[in-house]
Amino acid sequence: MAECGRVDSNTSSHTMDKSITLPPDEIFRNMENAKRFAIDIGGSLTKLAYYSTVQHKVAKVRSFDHSTKEAAGDKLYEIAVQEEVTARLHFIKFENAYIETCLDFIKDHLVNTETKVIKATGGGAHKFKELIERKLGLKVDKEDEMTCLIKGCNFVLKNIPHEAFVYAKHADSEFRFQTTNPDIFPYLLVNIGSGVSIVKVESEDKFERIGGSSIGGGTFWGLGALLTKTKRFDELLQLASKGQHSSVDMLVKDIYGGSYACLGLTGDLIASSFGKSATADKEFSNEDMAKSLLHMISNDIGQLACLYAKLHNLSRVYFGGFFIRGHPVTMHTITYSINFFTKGEVQALFLRHEGYLGAIGAFLKGAEEDNPNQYSWGENYAGSSGLMSVSPDMNPMQRARSGTFDMLEMDRLDRQLVNLPLLQDPSSYIPDTVDLTEDAQAREYWLSCFEEALDGVVKRAVASQPDIPEAAERAEKFRQKYLHKLQTLRHQPFAYGSLTVRSLLDTREHCLNEFNFPDPYSKIKERENDIALKYYEKAVKSLEELSWEDRQFALVRGVLAGNVFDWGAKAVSEVLESNPEFGFEEAKRRLEDRPWLVDSFDQWLERLKGPPHRCALFFVDNSGVDIILGVMPFVRELLSRGTEVVLASNSGPALNDVTNSELQILTERIAAMDPVIDSALREDRLTLVQDGSSSPCLDLSRLDKVLAMLVRERQTDLVIIEGMGRAIHTNYYAMLSCESLKMAVIKNSWLADRLGGKLFSVVFKYEVPAGKPH
Amino acid sequence: MSHRAFPWFGMDIGGTLVKLVYFEPKDITTEEEQEEVENLRSIRHYLTSNTAYGTTGIRDVHLEMKDLSLCGRTGNLHFIRFPTHDLPVFMQMGRNKHFSSLHTTLCATGGGAYKFESDFRTMADLELHKLDELDCLVRGVLYIDSVITSGPSECYYFENPSDLDHCAQKPYTLENDYPLLLVNIGSGVSILAVYSENNYKRVTGTSLGGGTFLGLCCLLTGCSTFEEALEMASQGESTHVDKLVRDIYGGDYERFGLPGWTVASSFSREPEHRWDLARATLVTITNNIGSITRMCALNENIERVVFVGNFLRVNILSMKLLAYAMDYWSNGQLKALFLRHEGYFGAVGALLGLLHPS
Repeated sequence: MAECGRVDSNTSSHTMDKSITLPPDEIFRNMENAKRFAIDIGGSLTKLAYYSTVQHKVAKVRSFDHSTKEAAGDKLYEIAVQEEVTARLHFIKFENAYIETCLDFIKDHLVNTETKVIKATGGGAHKFKELIERKLGLKVDKEDEMTCLIKGCNFVLKNIPHEAFVYAKHADSEFRFQTTNPDIFPYLLVNIGSGVSIVKVESEDKFERIGGSSIGGGTFWGLGALLTKTKRFDELLQLASKGQHSSVDMLVKDIYGGSYACLGLTGDLIASSFGKSATADKEFSNEDMAKSLLHMISNDIGQLACLYAKLHNLSRVYFGGFFIRGHPVTMHTITYSINFFTKGEVQALFLRHEGYLGAIGAFLKGAEEDNPNQYSWGENYAGSSGLMSVSPDMNPMQRARSGTFDMLEMDRLDRQLVNLPLLQDPSSYIPDTVDLTEDAQAREYWLSCFEEALDGVVKRAVASQPDIPEAAERAEKFRQKYLHKLQTLRHQPFAYGSLTVRSLLDTREHCLNEFNFPDPYSKIKERENDIALKYYEKAVKSLEELSWEDRQFALVRGVLAGNVFDWGAKAVSEVLESNPEFGFEEAKRRLEDRPWLVDSFDQWLERLKGPPHRCALFFVDNSGVDIILGVMPFVRELLSRGTEVVLASNSGPALNDVTNSELQILTERIAAMDPVIDSALREDRLTLVQDGSSSPCLDLSRLDKVLAMLVRERQTDLVIIEGMGRAIHTNYYAMLSCESLKMAVIKNSWLADRLGGKLFSVVFKYEVPAGKPH
Repeated sequence: MSHRAFPWFGMDIGGTLVKLVYFEPKDITTEEEQEEVENLRSIRHYLTSNTAYGTTGIRDVHLEMKDLSLCGRTGNLHFIRFPTHDLPVFMQMGRNKHFSSLHTTLCATGGGAYKFESDFRTMADLELHKLDELDCLVRGVLYIDSVITSGPSECYYFENPSDLDHCAQKPYTLENDYPLLLVNIGSGVSILAVYSENNYKRVTGTSLGGGTFLGLCCLLTGCSTFEEALEMASQGESTHVDKLVRDIYGGDYERFGLPGWTVASSFSREPEHRWDLARATLVTITNNIGSITRMCALNENIERVVFVGNFLRVNILSMKLLAYAMDYWSNGQLKALFLRHEGYFGAVGALLGLLHPS
């Protein structure tokens, strides 16, 4: 662990190297492109925020012009790796002792900025004003602390899924993350700094400090120091966690001899805090006094928060401030107090990025002209440290980090993300099927699974850039980074919110992007697409020869068999490369016979005998056989029935999933062969749309706004979700307000086992919402 | 006319103090006097001719209610208190004075009535008649307020509460005007909403009460009694320990309408003197009670708040602070009321329980 000595004012940057465990350029990333700054200086920690641009490689596919088509040889389309500039928000938290060395580092690396101002907030802002202005040559512009706090709070609640959590000390997982409610207002924010501020937030710009208290973190610290002669806040909390408050507090049973039953007050309830210390001739241990003090202050704050929540009829109460800041002890006592006073009606909520709220808010104040609130932002798992536990019992690896630097990076997303309008209840929608934070057995399996798969991913990444010699080196860096993430998650599964298969996959994608492997599967996808296209006409023809009823079954089997093709399913992919037609048939043969593990095909068939759907929204999965020989014929049948189809595919690459731009080209090629698809495209009955995501899974609460608009316009009455990532790892239990069809083949034996099936078991889940005839 | 046999006592055994009220009949007829047993006379004489008992028992002479009509008898009501930890001494005295031979019922309330019930039985051969403390409290308050006696008004408030130097005590008549918020500040605090004599509920309570003030003062300053702690507090200056809004913002925090003198964080500064700590403790505890009370009043939609309990005894500073806090933060909507017999209402209610069992 690094010694965190006080840095005196004359130190130069070499001190920083000693005291910071990570090299500075790993911390102040993209500083050369930093455009805009904000700083929040608290009593002990400084939070720096900057907006920067990141140049990274993206894989683009482009159809060849007709004129050059011949020249392109047998290539289906052109894959070009381009440099793209995207916006990123960086937030860094460090101890105030490092402020000067950090400012020096920033000054040395600040080259491209045009800004003249740095927004500042927090109690320490005025203290360091002169230093900042001198070092950076920027004018310090102070912003109101509370305004920044609220702005920051709104921002994280809107943009970071699993931002808020409930703390339960004795539960299997201490942190229970809340689903993102699209409607974040109104809420109560109880900020426990030196004192307590209770703020009611009604909208983005409307909030009011409705109350407060002078008994806050400063009181705990100040009184605690007087009582125990312990000066450090963390040490006081440590003392408190070891003490017995009943030796200092007068409990109900000390007065009654037992409980005060007719009022429902149990004997262990504190009747009078410090009531037993009203004597001159007894000594009390520091631990006991600290514990009693902690209880007194937490209970008092909890009680006031409840009274204000009741008066203003608010059920969401978030707690923040340095008193809370990830300390399990205070989160526990506050939670206990809220539960006691509201009998469970109000839950105490905490925020993963609570420490950054002021910095985020100050930054947003300064960036209003860039309208950051008009965009959606996403937490970058590769660049963010995640939630660190400061619990003394936690393993030493994390303890070493807590004293140094903590980072949060957020990417500006190209598209604004909203809910799928067809979710039955957006506020209770949980994308993920299994919460690995709560399921230790599943967590262990998946963490190991991702660890074991890492070699293959690294190999694939290197192979995807054969002409670039340093690709191997980058791939190795990727391996280290992702491995470290997995290790962190093993110890702190809650680091990025609920741990799920989706978050593990997304983290891997973020890490690959970080090291400029934007699309390791691009060439494989191209080859698969190319081969599959050759069999499209034949596949359609053989389907048309079937009777209507046989065809419906064959179409479903086609989608399922197509979905077997996955680079994870090694056995199948080898067959595919040698003989795709045979491979497709082989895949069909491997499919489980009916009845399937989940089988509502009969209901689906019955439904098809009825009137056609108005519009079907189809979330597609893999490239190649899956999309071309499985999905497209199925879509063709829907179109022939008179159903409009919206094909939703990923905006960016993830594994071998077909991306929107690839699908554009594939559809054009199919249209050239197939008049049904061609006319549907021209008449706008078949529409391709991107979903706004680059994940192998699907979060229906964060979808491209255009998609949502289209779904509404077309009066979509059927949602089809295909594949293991989208229909099993996520959305297996998703309830939609219209008919839905979830189709997947289970290609992982552990998961098959979990669901009571076996390898290649089929999930065919057709659901009609209750109360609707169809 | 039949009535309860003398002596008439009501007792409230709290976490810190035992409160005892004793009715001394002044209309004893010659006949009665001849029949009065020696033990009874001796008790009456002992209680009424002394103002202090043992080393810690005290009779609050200034609270004595003279010529009170109670259950067809006229007499004086005496108010006596002693620390709960001296309860064994009291029991021993009862034993020495053969209290049990009088076959009286001793009505007792407060937690101690439960905790010490068996001790009373074994040490003093006395059977306690236990009564609920909140029932007694409400009953006692309403009774004392309803009794018209000569002398100072039972209920009062502070005129000009926002001007600490010029605010003055003014008499007030409650006259059973409901609803009331009744805040009892003993070792801990109970807050009741009272809608009529028989209809009340406990709204909430807090463990930050008189016991906390004294407990923290003992730890912080080394004092050992409530009087000592108050005396120190009266000399201290809490702003030497507390961080005010103006210490942070240089003045008022206008964005949120917080005046500069508002305490932003209690105990956030290094103290200079012990008495500053005592003062800060008193101010912190008092303001916190005020704050919780005000929220309860808003939630329950009640405008008049009656503060009682022994924390307010000889504690004019806390009363003024409460009066001010109620007035200021509610823009004059809330009225803080106080009662002279501060901590004795539970004991009075216990006495009434003896005379008028409900």
